[in-house]
Amino acid sequence: MSYDPIMLLDAYRRMRAIREFEETMRREVQAGTVPGFVHLYCGEEAIAVGACMHLADTDYIGSTHRGHGHCIAKGCDFEGLLLEIYCKQGGLCNGKGGSMHMADLRKGMLGANAIVGGAPPIAIGAALSAQVLGNKGVALAFIGDGASNQGTVFESMNMASCLKLPMIFMYENNGYAEFSGVKWHMGSADITSRAAGFGMSSVKVDGTDFFAVYDAMSAAVARARNGEGPSSIEAVAMRWYGHFEGDMQKYRKSGEVDELRRTSDPLVKFEARATAEFGIDADELREIDEELREMIEDALAIAKAAPKPTPDALYTDVYASY
Amino acid sequence: MPVKNIRDAINETLKLEMRRDDRVVVIGEDVVGGLGGSSGVEEAAGGTFGITTGLAAEFGRRRVIDTPITESAIIGMAGGAALTGLRPVAELMFIDFIGVCFDQILNQIAKFRYMFGGRADVPVVIRTMIGAGAGTGPQHSQALYNMLMHVPGIKVVLPSNAYDAKGLLATAIRDNDPVVFCEHKCMYLETCEVPEESYTIPFGVAKVTREGTDVTIVALSRMVMLANQVADKLKSEGISVEVIDPRTISPLDTDAILASVRKTGRLVAVDECNPYCSVASEITSLVACEAIGSLKSAPVKVTSPHTPVPAAPNLEQLYAPDAAAIEAAVRRVLG
Ligand SMILES: Cc1ncc(C[n+]2csc(CCOP(=O)(O)OP(=O)(O)O)c2C)c(N)n1
Ligand SMILES: [Mg+2]
Repeated sequence: MSYDPIMLLDAYRRMRAIREFEETMRREVQAGTVPGFVHLYCGEEAIAVGACMHLADTDYIGSTHRGHGHCIAKGCDFEGLLLEIYCKQGGLCNGKGGSMHMADLRKGMLGANAIVGGAPPIAIGAALSAQVLGNKGVALAFIGDGASNQGTVFESMNMASCLKLPMIFMYENNGYAEFSGVKWHMGSADITSRAAGFGMSSVKVDGTDFFAVYDAMSAAVARARNGEGPSSIEAVAMRWYGHFEGDMQKYRKSGEVDELRRTSDPLVKFEARATAEFGIDADELREIDEELREMIEDALAIAKAAPKPTPDALYTDVYASY
Repeated sequence: MPVKNIRDAINETLKLEMRRDDRVVVIGEDVVGGLGGSSGVEEAAGGTFGITTGLAAEFGRRRVIDTPITESAIIGMAGGAALTGLRPVAELMFIDFIGVCFDQILNQIAKFRYMFGGRADVPVVIRTMIGAGAGTGPQHSQALYNMLMHVPGIKVVLPSNAYDAKGLLATAIRDNDPVVFCEHKCMYLETCEVPEESYTIPFGVAKVTREGTDVTIVALSRMVMLANQVADKLKSEGISVEVIDPRTISPLDTDAILASVRKTGRLVAVDECNPYCSVASEITSLVACEAIGSLKSAPVKVTSPHTPVPAAPNLEQLYAPDAAAIEAAVRRVLG
């Protein structure tokens, strides 16, 4: 398979943006500037980006509590995101949602979700809209390994399969659900075999390998757009940080994360292959790094300085009319 | 007497009840915490908020049952086990997740005894966490206990301090009906004197936390603490406020509420739920129906607004009733 250099640069930009954004968030949580709970996506960048590279603004994603990476991969802007995480006026949800409930319908982003297993039923709704409207759109739900145990997820897979919905179940197997290892909380050997049981194409890929995720998505999106029904992809990529920032992580052996950084950093793996095989210039990547760093710091400064919602905002947006 | 916080009082009660009765089991997500992790640490967490710390070490994994994320199955399994010989204490991490498992509570557990013609005991406790004020946003901050009060067959407990938490949880575990035990997430570290030994507090018996003659405040959960502050403050102005903490809303100690209102002639009902069909609504309706002749002024309800809980901290601060809102309500009923 060959890859268009423009696509590759775009993919790198999105993955680097996620990394930079999340490391910045981590710093800020530690400095105590961020309200609420924050769940970081470092280590899993290739999943969101490998998936969203195939999606247009008119395609939809449903997300999770660990949603910053999904938002960035889907094209939400830093300022809107950061204003929302800081719960400020002008945030993607005017400060009412925060990190765990960010949505941007203009970008086809149906919301982070603080209810584990909450998004897949909503995402199949977006797939239904695309099917009924006949617009060739597709929908995708990001689903954690922990979430994969919820009945809502099984029900959504069966429904999507019965109705042949243009739907992709993108499982993010990052090794843990809160403090519980996947070996403990999942009764089957993997998610892939379960999803196959619902009668859909089901593959497992290395979630730290952008190319693997991207290729699996190519096939899944083609099936969806051709009316051939849903697909499942299980992407395996350990999370680098705690369940939330501040998690003591006593369930993890020391050195586990250092090892991951050394051996399976999705950005390092991407760069090695993109430069060696597809003629991407490392200097160009460094320029992207620098540019993103500045953009994110600028957006952060704006978010910190922005005004909070005015008190009357508490009462608005409950209904369209009442 | 030793001073303990609510978190420790609950942990201690779970241990005491598990020692007392082998049929008591604890079920929930991460109640051991860290199983299947790479460090091999047996109990890396002891519950998401540390409430079940030490249980697995003492009682073993046969009785401390760590589960996948699957609330319907957790609550249903606890209900089924309660029908068949166990006395489960299931944890629903946040009450908001009741949305995932409400059928098992509403149509199954709550109705077993009645549907089965009285031929079933359902000794299950659902421990859950309620409330705004911790920055957890729209899907992790609701009160919702009013919805459970509406359901026949379920008992609903709202402890407002560590002493009551211990005694009420013991009663809940020994009770033969389903009980939802609602812990306020902003109160775990509140302390008071708590005896070492085991004791029970009967359901349906309110506690008068402040005695007074001018106004009755009926308050629930975290609101009791605020109502007490208001009573103490107004005392120096010569306003005598009585504060009633029902402690359980199903059953509700209507006698205590009516007796107090008959004495004071004025009612403020304080409740963190959304206003419509709130517990405050139920209490004002009770007083209107049963004691209207004693009322010197219209009762006032103090509740959260008819909106979800916002993520923005400055908006969340305006959400649940605060001491100032309660004080204003007291002044209003005084005219
Ligand atoms: C219905 C529901 N149950 C439990 C929780 C608490 N909770 C939040 S995230 C989480 C773990 C989710 O694990 P996973 O799906 O693997 O996602 P990850 O955090 O690994 O990205 C849990 C148990 C919740 N938010 N919603
Ligand atoms: Mg996970």
